[in-house]
This record gives sequence, structure tokens and C-alpha cells, in this order.
Amino acid sequence: MEGQAAPVTLLLASLAPLVRALRAQGYTVVGPTERDAAVVLAELDRADRLPYGWSVQVGPARYRLDRDGTGAFATVADPQPWKRYLHPPRAQVFSARRGPDGEITVSEPDPGPPPRYALLGVRPCDLRAIAVQDAVLGGVDTAYARRRAGTFIVAVNCTEPRATCFCVSAGGGPRAGAGADLVLTELAGPDTVEYTVQAGTPAGVELLAGLPGAPVPAGTAQRAAAAVDAAAGRMGRALPPGDLRALLAGRPQAARWDDVAGRCLACGNCTMVCPTCFCTTVEDTTDLTGDVAQRWLRWDSCFDLDFSHLHGVGPVRHSVRGRYRQWLTHKLSTWHDQFGGSGCVGCGRCIVWCPAGIDLTVEVAAIAAEEERGTVAAGTGGGEGGTA
Amino acid sequence: MTATMVPARYRVTDRRRETADTVTLTLEPVDRPVAPFRPGQYAMLYAFGVGEVPISVSGATPGGGVLHTIRAVGAVSAALCAAAPGQLLGLRGPYGTQWPLPAPAGADLLVVAGGIGTAPVRPVAQHMVEHADRYARRVLLLGARTPAELLYPDQYDDWRKAGVDVRVTVDRADPQWTGPVGLVPALLDGVRLDPATTVAYLCGPEPMMRATAQVLLRLGVPAPSVLVSLERNMRCGVGLCGHCQLGPALLCRDGPVLSYDRAAPLLEVGEL
Repeated sequence: MEGQAAPVTLLLASLAPLVRALRAQGYTVVGPTERDAAVVLAELDRADRLPYGWSVQVGPARYRLDRDGTGAFATVADPQPWKRYLHPPRAQVFSARRGPDGEITVSEPDPGPPPRYALLGVRPCDLRAIAVQDAVLGGVDTAYARRRAGTFIVAVNCTEPRATCFCVSAGGGPRAGAGADLVLTELAGPDTVEYTVQAGTPAGVELLAGLPGAPVPAGTAQRAAAAVDAAAGRMGRALPPGDLRALLAGRPQAARWDDVAGRCLACGNCTMVCPTCFCTTVEDTTDLTGDVAQRWLRWDSCFDLDFSHLHGVGPVRHSVRGRYRQWLTHKLSTWHDQFGGSGCVGCGRCIVWCPAGIDLTVEVAAIAAEEERGTVAAGTGGGEGGTA
Repeated sequence: MTATMVPARYRVTDRRRETADTVTLTLEPVDRPVAPFRPGQYAMLYAFGVGEVPISVSGATPGGGVLHTIRAVGAVSAALCAAAPGQLLGLRGPYGTQWPLPAPAGADLLVVAGGIGTAPVRPVAQHMVEHADRYARRVLLLGARTPAELLYPDQYDDWRKAGVDVRVTVDRADPQWTGPVGLVPALLDGVRLDPATTVAYLCGPEPMMRATAQVLLRLGVPAPSVLVSLERNMRCGVGLCGHCQLGPALLCRDGPVLSYDRAAPLLEVGEL
């Protein structure tokens, strides 16, 4: 019964054997790496491409890397969420060919063997975001389901929350919940860095069994747990307390929507960096002969004027006010109605990458305060507008 | 990419011009037919290389085919309207919610439709014709901007012969028009209904549906018995693309047919 004796927690002096073991199992290891003054996601052939030593200063419309540490996972709100791999920005739906007799054949792109990604360094907020996209896409997008089924997740407990983090108030926390095959805790000292690694699934147990680790000394385990616990108290921001789903569902006429519309550029950055935003549009293309057509799915943004286009009406959400309200209300309120939970995990990316520095926690708090004051701005675009 | 988004091939076997910008296509499956459509549901129709749009089902053929009445309002719908008999189109579906049929025995059935909104209620009209004995009253109120834009005018007499109370209005008359002129909700004035047992099926521009629903509610028809067919930018049909949101509803899967108790608060908010 060796399986039962397999360790579920190890102390690793380096992540190199982990990356090697994942690659040996056929996984494409994807993880963070530093490039052009940002930490981005890339395929990693070895562990030393992780962004060791980098940390980050973040704020509204602010992201600056500093080289002042030893750990690999000391940045937050990096610009690329993991959805880039599980729900890629562009994917072919089908191709169609018209023969000389006018007959049409439609074929799905050959999917080939499903990709086998090992996502290395998934923060607890992003782990929840993957679960959110599972709930949205898992049942209806077979290509997503295929990619997801082959994915191995190495999560990292968060010990370095920053100014824009608010996962605790978004219903999560710095400790990775269910869904990860392995969970790391990074213990970065002044000169060295080591990791506790815990298996969360049978696949994780199997992988762990092949790693050259040592049992975790009790003191180290305590130190790791304390660092994660402490992180929960170091959130830089918080969503206001209370039932935000009901708050936003009931405040479509809030005056604050006009205020934020004066600052929002409707650029869609928040939707691109958001780890849960899933919206797509379709593009139809033909070749020069006109006889070969393709249909592609690509990321779309509800801030695009064309997003809500309706014939005879034009864009239903023609104002920036309408589009920002849609985004925030969907995220925190109607997402519950549609998919059974919130669409926000508190990662803070939308705050960091908004060029106007719009902070959704501030906007929601302002709307909550408005409700508390019981004020409704009269005649601010409600009622008969929109689709008349 | 997703099996649910790959269309089945259907052949245009008949194209009938309804108005200057509207045709009815009869489509028969080339391969295996999709599941049968229920009244109120819609298909995503694909014009080769041009794109895909949602079109409600207007009828069925015995061979698993479907009838779609399509108005040319954009590049894709224009390409679909131009499809000649023999041409192949792509079709996905059936998608969305249904008109609740049959209504309870003894009910008063009321259809109110305007313009291209007449197409999605044609299966309800057909149901009225085929179930004369089931219902107390059967009333069909139709409207269009001009007489030339009325849909299915040659069927009105058939429907009347089957005992359906068919009333038609236009916004602007022409010299030959002898019927009423005005908005569709005004047709309700002369109609006798039992509000408690009325089931109403509304389809048309949103302001027309709201105005009609408000009249019905004032008469005492319960909001859950008033059904509306709503439209947003449906792109995928399966709830994955996000385009058709109307507040809490993803209209491609939670609609297009909603009861008015659910729809009313959503239609009251501009730009939702």
C-alpha cells in the first residue's frame, strides 16, 4: 500500500525539480516570468525563468516592478490572467468550403490532442476565477472543457497581498481552496527561498511522490501557515459589506453612474485583464476566392459600442454610463442570477490596469453610501431611454 | 471549437416574398435535422461567409424542415433574404424559451403583434386555428407601418374562417386601406376578453409590447399570463458569449419569451 504512505506535503529547496517533473509528464508548463518591466505568462522550460526577486508596487492605474526580494511570487495584479490559456483570445469555430456546384461543407477545426497545461503559480484569487469560468463555459464550450480537463494546477498561497488586493471581501482569501493539484507556499528569506508543497488531488500526490523533497519541519509549517494567515489581514482594499447583489440590482439610477461615466474611457482594459470576464464575439472571414469561409470566436468587451447592437435600435447601451453600469452590475450582481455566484474574485487587476484609475471598490462604496442617504438622482437617464 | 456552434446544413426549398424587405424561406435538412422547434424558439441562421443571426421559427414542414420569415435589416439578414431555392444555409438550434402552448382549456387566447414581430407568433396563430374548441375566445391583433408591410395578409381570411377574431391596423393608410389606422394596442379597445383567463402573446417593438402589456394589466390580466418575446444581440445561442444580457437574463437561453412579471422591471430601465 505505497499509495497510502505517499507524502502529501513536502519542503522543496527549489522549484526546478517540479518544473522538470511536470514537463517529463508531458505538460506544457506555463507560469509567470518578467518581460518588458511586467510579469507576464509564458511557457517555461525551466524554473529559473520565474520572476525571482521581483516585487511590485500597485495602485489605481499604477504597476511598477521592483527588484528587491528573493521570491518568485511576490507580484500581484499582473496584466495577464490565466484565461489566456484556458479560454484563448481567438479560437476557430469552424471552416466552410463552397464547391463549384454551390454545395457547402462545414468542418470543425481538427482539435488534435488536447493541450496539457500545467499552470504554475496560480494565486488563490485566480484559482477561484478559473472555477468561475468553469461555471460559465464548462458546460457549453466543449473546447474549453477539453482544455480544462487536461490542465494541472499548481497554486501558490498568497503571502504578499498589495494595495489593490481585496480577495477577502470578495469571498475568498489568501489560502488556496479546492481545485489545485498542488499548493505551494513560498518562504522567501533574505538570501534563500524555499517552498512547502501540498497535494490537493491524486494527480498531485502522484507528482509529489517523484520530487526530491524533505518532510516539512513543524516550525517551517507553522511559519508558512502564519504568513498566509497574516496576509488575510493585509488586504489593501475591501468591497463594502452587505448584499452587493441586491444593492446593484436595485440602483440602476444611481447618480454615481454618471460620475464614473465622466472618468471611464470605455477602453475595455478592465474586461481584458479581468480573470473572469468571458465575453466573446464572432468574426466571419472569407478568402479571396470567396469559397473558403471561417468563423472565429474572439474576446469581446461589453465596453465596445457594438457589443449591444440591435437592428433598428443601434447600440442598446449607447452611453458610457450604461456600459460601465453593465460591467459592474454584471460582475457583482447579475452574475449571481446567471451563473450562481459572484463574478469578482478581488484580484484588483481592473483597478491597476484602468488608465483612469477607476477603483471598483470605491465605486461600489459610493453607490452603497448613496443608498444609505436614500438619494435617487432624478432624471439621470433612466425610464424611457434605451430601446425606444 | 464548440460542437454547439457548428451549423447543420439546410437547403432553401422555397422562397416566398412577403413584403419589399421580407421573405419566408422554407429550409429542409441536408444531413440529420436538428431537434424539432417549439413555437417561440429561434435558430441561428448562417449565410456562407457573411455571418449568423437569430431568426425565430415561423412554422415547420413534415420532413423536419422549418419556415423562417426574415427581414433584411443588415448584411447577414440581407444575404439570407437573397438565398435562392437550392442554396445551402447553416442552421443551429433550436434555442431559447417557448410560447407556453397549449394554454389552459377554456382560456381566452390573445396575440398582439407588430411588423416582423408577426413572424414569431405565426405558430400561435396556427395553434388557434387548430384548437378552435379548446378556447373560449381567440383574438389576433396585428399591425404594421403601412398596408404593404403587413405580414401574411393572404392568411387572415383563412384564420377568420377558422373562427379567429383577426383585427388589423396600420400606422399609415394607403388609398385602398379601409381598416383602422393607429397603433396596435388601440385595437384592444373593441375586444372582449375575460382578464382572469386571458393568455396574451406579444411580439413587436418594445414600446408596442410595453404599451399593450400596460393596457392588459389595467384590464386585470395577470402579468404572468402576458408573454413577451424580447430581442437582444444574440450571437451564440447557448449562453457563452455574453452579448444578449438583459440584466439578470441571458436572453438567448432565458428568453426570448419571458412572462411580463419578469420582463417589466427589466424594460423599465433604459440601456439595460
